Amino acid sequence: MHTILSNERIYDNICLMTVVGDFQAARMGQFYMLRTSRDAPLLSRPISIHNLEQDRMQFLYRIAGEGTRLMAELRGGDSIKLAGPLGNGFPQVKGRIALIGGGIGIAPLLYAARQLDKPDVYLGFQKQPYLTEAFTPYANQLTVQIGGSILEEVNFSHYDYAIVCGPLGMLKEAARMAEGLETKVYVSLEKRMACGVGACYVCSVMNKNGNRKVCTDGPVFLAKEVEWHELSL
Amino acid sequence: MNLACNIAGIPFRNPIVMASGTFGFGQEYARLYDINQLGGIVSKGLTLNPRRGNTGTRIWETAGGMMNSVGLENPGIDAFLAEEMKFWETIEPVRIANLGGSSIEDYVLGAVKITKDTGERHNTHLRGVDMIELNISCPNVKEGGMAFGIKTEVAREVIREVRQATSLPLAVKLSPNAENIVDMAVMCEEEGADAVSLVNTFSGMTIDIHQRRSVFSNLYAGLSGPAIKPIALRMVHQVARQVTIPVMGMGGITSASDIIEFIMAGAEVVQVGTYNFMNLRAGENLLLGLHNFMEQENIQSLDEIRGIIG
Ligand SMILES: Cc1cc2nc3c(=O)[nH]c(=O)nc-3n(C[C@H](O)[C@H](O)[C@H](O)COP(=O)(O)OP(=O)(O)OC[C@H]3O[C@@H](n4cnc5c(N)ncnc54)[C@H](O)[C@@H]3O)c2cc1C
Ligand SMILES: Cc1cc2nc3c(=O)[nH]c(=O)nc-3n(C[C@H](O)[C@H](O)[C@H](O)COP(=O)(O)O)c2cc1C
Ligand code: FES
Repeated sequence: MHTILSNERIYDNICLMTVVGDFQAARMGQFYMLRTSRDAPLLSRPISIHNLEQDRMQFLYRIAGEGTRLMAELRGGDSIKLAGPLGNGFPQVKGRIALIGGGIGIAPLLYAARQLDKPDVYLGFQKQPYLTEAFTPYANQLTVQIGGSILEEVNFSHYDYAIVCGPLGMLKEAARMAEGLETKVYVSLEKRMACGVGACYVCSVMNKNGNRKVCTDGPVFLAKEVEWHELSL
Repeated sequence: MNLACNIAGIPFRNPIVMASGTFGFGQEYARLYDINQLGGIVSKGLTLNPRRGNTGTRIWETAGGMMNSVGLENPGIDAFLAEEMKFWETIEPVRIANLGGSSIEDYVLGAVKITKDTGERHNTHLRGVDMIELNISCPNVKEGGMAFGIKTEVAREVIREVRQATSLPLAVKLSPNAENIVDMAVMCEEEGADAVSLVNTFSGMTIDIHQRRSVFSNLYAGLSGPAIKPIALRMVHQVARQVTIPVMGMGGITSASDIIEFIMAGAEVVQVGTYNFMNLRAGENLLLGLHNFMEQENIQSLDEIRGIIG
């Protein structure tokens, strides 16, 4: 059980939750399994680390259904159950790096921007941007796009690494755009999860080297190793 | 206070056993709490050859439950014996290998491999598999699994052959989708099974009304969790009254009081599945709850309450 410091709706259906606790070190791109003190929904929900500073953990989430709706009802002082940090996270790479987020896919990128050495940050939104100013101190260059595809702004050949988080279509497109280039593209995949710790085989994805579990082998994968045509939530 | 249980001469320190497919091989949960407190662990369903499992959506939540369509993804028996047994050698709970298959030959070959490996380990004073749980009830594999678990006379053949192939204690995991689960259990006893475990998941369905198709590429999937508990409990009660071999009861257990209900209905031990997802420290918490209940009710041994519902 952890105590919520604040939980605000920052825009439309996007919420920012700050939790206090004695958190162990976590890697960028890792996630936690979250649940309220209710029994429903049955399963916990995977949410990425948006930011972590000493005893403050932040989660940025979109109200997508019942689980996140109940999460959004919580107030400062309420408690929440967290299990984590889980998953492999983004690699600590050096070189020319593009961090690319689409919509709520920007969630894990703030913590990543802080760990990496001044990456170029690209953030795409459908209607209105949010929290982009938080990236300014850590970005070499910050590009924000509203409507259309943020990928059109990225010149992949310019980078040694690209880290992409967003809707499936965007991840696929990024993988396609970097085909044949030296650029190593890492994507953060999403699957429904049950255990979150690698025990139930519910979150398997097919990879060029066999099955992989998104919760423990991922969520971050090299784009060229993903079997894109097999993917579904 | 005595929580000890026994199946075919194998002592369980307490009645809490982790159900197949929800606990991996235990290693993941061992990082979260001391799994040596548990009575037993059942492995993920193992098949002769590795399986990549089903494509498409594998999980869906329903009111009070969840549906899964994993399709027996597993590393195969050889990899299990070579890799996972290294960890199993080091743990205290009763080690139960869940054996799946899609043909009688596969079941038999699998049982032979596990039995032989265990014999070799015992010869070198290592721990091996303590018991086989024969899964004739997986609803998520088209070509087999549950096909054997529906009709008693079809299942009889599998159990007879596997019984001959192994000297290890043999439990048979029954499907609630069986035509007659009591007949099935009685048949298992007749064929020399040492125990029956029930229930596996209930075959169910969910339709995506926008896409106008089933959520699952296999059409149906297996329902587990609190939603199935009353039916599972009724089945355990019916079966326990008709067989003399021990029953491992399961279906929707999420609390110590649920465990007590299954034991009162006649189960020797219980298995906990879906609750492991709701609470990653399920085993530890259930055990604590069980201790508290017995203390409050001044129960010294589970035998005092086992099967007391006539
Ligand atoms: C590793 C990982 C990290 C994530 N990090 C974040 C994050 O930082 N912020 C955030 O807002 N969301 C994140 N998600 C997605 C989030 O987990 C889902 O939106 C959430 O589980 C939906 O739960 P719900 O009960 O609100 O919706 P449900 O009623 O369960 O579903 C509503 C909609 O969400 C989709 N959905 C359900 N489960 C998932 C899932 N596991 N992943 C993606 N979509 C799903 C469903 O298909 C449906 O369209 C992450 C997912 C993963 C796998
Ligand atoms: C994700 C998942 C995977 C499962 N895999 C297996 C399996 O491989 N073999 C098996 O015999 N039962 C399997 N089961 C069934 C459980 O062992 C158990 O019988 C069932 O879930 C009912 O118990 P519960 O309500 O406590 O979960 C699985 C269940 C779930 C939820
Ligand atoms: S969610 Fe259980 S293995 Fe990934």
